[in-house]
Amino acid sequence: MALQMKHLLGLEDASREDISAILDSAVSFKEVLSRPIPKVPTLRHVTVVNLFFENSTRTRMSFELAEKRLSADVLNFSASASSVQKGETLIDTLKNIEAMKVDMVVIRHPMPGAPLLLTQHCSSVVLNAGDGPHEHPTQALLDMMTLREVFGTFEGLRVTLVGDIAHSRVALSNIYGLLTMGAKVAVCGPPTLIPRHLENLGVTVYHDLDRAIAHSDVLNVLRIQLERQKAGLFPSIREYRETYGVTPARLGKGSKDMVIMHPGPMNRGVEIDPAVADGPQSVILQQVTNGVAVRMAALYLLSGERDAME
Amino acid sequence: MRWSKDQGPDILNERGWRVTKTGKVLLLNAHLIDPGIDLDDTGSVLIERGKITGVGDIPKQEQEGADVIDMTGIIVCPGLFDMHVHLREPGQENKETIFTGTTAAAAGGFTAVACMPNTDPALDNVGVIRWIYDMAAGGPVDVHPIAAVTRNREGEILSDIADLYSAGVRALSDDGDPLRSSEVMRRALEYCKMNDLVISTHSEDKALASNGVMREGEASTKLGLAPWPSMAEAVMVARDVLLAGYTGGRLHVGHISSRESIEMVRWAKRQGYNVTCEATPHHFALNDEACASYSSHFKMNPPLGTEDDRLAVLDGLRDGTIDAIATDHAPHTVEEKLREFSLAPNGVIGLETAVGVAAKVLVEQNRFDWSMLIQRMAVAPRAIMRLPEAQLKKGAVANLSFIDTSQGWTVDPEAFFSKGRNTPFAGWDLPARPAGICNRGWMMTHPDVAGRWTR
Repeated sequence: MALQMKHLLGLEDASREDISAILDSAVSFKEVLSRPIPKVPTLRHVTVVNLFFENSTRTRMSFELAEKRLSADVLNFSASASSVQKGETLIDTLKNIEAMKVDMVVIRHPMPGAPLLLTQHCSSVVLNAGDGPHEHPTQALLDMMTLREVFGTFEGLRVTLVGDIAHSRVALSNIYGLLTMGAKVAVCGPPTLIPRHLENLGVTVYHDLDRAIAHSDVLNVLRIQLERQKAGLFPSIREYRETYGVTPARLGKGSKDMVIMHPGPMNRGVEIDPAVADGPQSVILQQVTNGVAVRMAALYLLSGERDAME
Repeated sequence: MRWSKDQGPDILNERGWRVTKTGKVLLLNAHLIDPGIDLDDTGSVLIERGKITGVGDIPKQEQEGADVIDMTGIIVCPGLFDMHVHLREPGQENKETIFTGTTAAAAGGFTAVACMPNTDPALDNVGVIRWIYDMAAGGPVDVHPIAAVTRNREGEILSDIADLYSAGVRALSDDGDPLRSSEVMRRALEYCKMNDLVISTHSEDKALASNGVMREGEASTKLGLAPWPSMAEAVMVARDVLLAGYTGGRLHVGHISSRESIEMVRWAKRQGYNVTCEATPHHFALNDEACASYSSHFKMNPPLGTEDDRLAVLDGLRDGTIDAIATDHAPHTVEEKLREFSLAPNGVIGLETAVGVAAKVLVEQNRFDWSMLIQRMAVAPRAIMRLPEAQLKKGAVANLSFIDTSQGWTVDPEAFFSKGRNTPFAGWDLPARPAGICNRGWMMTHPDVAGRWTR
């Protein structure tokens, strides 16, 4: 099973076949994770470097765990974006890594397009772990894996992303991936947090959370960052919570089957009420578990290793 | 490095350019175009010691002793003038110098450039303006420094404008940094009236542009790049045309890029305001979708517009709302442009590709005639800056450009004379190429033309 893509830069151009292959493979790896010894020798000859140009505890841990569960040799590189801006250029960093002969690079970078730049200057396989507000394909894939576990299919599934769409690193990948797999995607948030012409991508735009809830099977609630308020994009956290916070009252009685997701980290009591985050409709921790499985699948399928899984 | 008095620089000679003092030269069977005097014909031009001594059919006896260049298939026209370039000197000689920039201009078919004052120190006083003239002396390209409107381009206190005028300055700009204060803009427009100076603007409302790096639209949404709305330009153009109308001052909108801004200029012209504007080849040749490569060679300010904006630029050029074509030639080092899109500096180079790109997009794809193109690239810029006309007629100073329409070429950034490599047109096949210039007593011709010389 080989993927059509050579790198996992995003889901915009990912085929249905590739997405299905990663999700299918992730199911097998999830089984591995439940074994007494949750480890396979699949990437035993493979060296992976995790290049993190901004903080991301969860994604970095999830990738590192996935790599270790696959028996890869793992290197970690962290640099704050500000120090990178002042010192060594990204290209220089990449050339150094290239010279060390690593096979695969996982990159998180605040600048859109940085993973693509990497593919142009080094021969390693590249996995995008988030390039600013552009794509974060493994997050979308783990969201999709979770949805497939719950619903069995994407066909006709109505998924709404709620909150700061414009600055979210997960929105675009979710939109592309879900649309490719046949789901219906909507977004809901204040107009100042929804980028222009987003509807041209084939998504419905709501500004009224109640209407969005009435037309959704799933809410994927995105983190709202305080600095957006400081930038004048919405008046106050209080008003945001009142208008777009997902609470039990908001969900109401008519939506018992509504599934609630959140890519984390959560602002409890702001965009999501603790009773919702921890409630029976929440699949938030299932998302985290699936994150490791999906990343194992992506690493395996992109590695070119053809060893049978044991 | 500078041009010497009597021989062309090694950098040109080594690459097969023929660079000589004019002496007596006959340009034989050229395509003669001068929109300023309604000339579009086949004929010859006789040049003697920097002056045009004959146009059309040159009698045999007058040809005697002349070097003859067979110009079949080559346009000879008034010298092209790029009224918006960054020569970077003084201060950023690692990006470009007056020598490399003017050599690139000459190779690109330009006999004149106007250089922007965002240097270090800024071009805001007579001393540094004189230094620019001095550095450019001797070469084949006229350099017209555009001085800063305000001291050190800080937008607060006017430069010594009358003094600058006396030194030869014919336009002012705080390019790159718009005049944020409407009051300062108003007073600058008013004050410049006493010398009939034009103010060239970089129209950008910095608050609206915020941290944007590409035009806001569907493409920026898909690419996740911080959006720069067309309104950032248009609201400033609106302000400035109103101030120009109110004061009667002369406004020239630099590198106009959006439909709304062009509409504002069209409206201002209908009111009879003293407003002109220019557009760059990259804004009429490319749109925002080019940013999908995340290559910083598509990053400039103002950013590439949407396809609708691009079509508006073409319409504006066709109906004359956009008076001139200028390149906004903005060289940067390779290292700077290799940065992530959002971190790389704004700007692309254009001197050596402008003629070819204009030929492809305007003449070939959009059926402009060459005469209109030359009007926008040679005649209009001089009129806007109130500079003497360059004319293709007997008795005039020989200030001429040559454009070879008989063969195409492929853009290779490594072959540029500019220090910059940051072109968005690398690899483009272009249908016409600049083939040389004649100006300030120099005659230089492209290597492809070298074989056409006979004694």
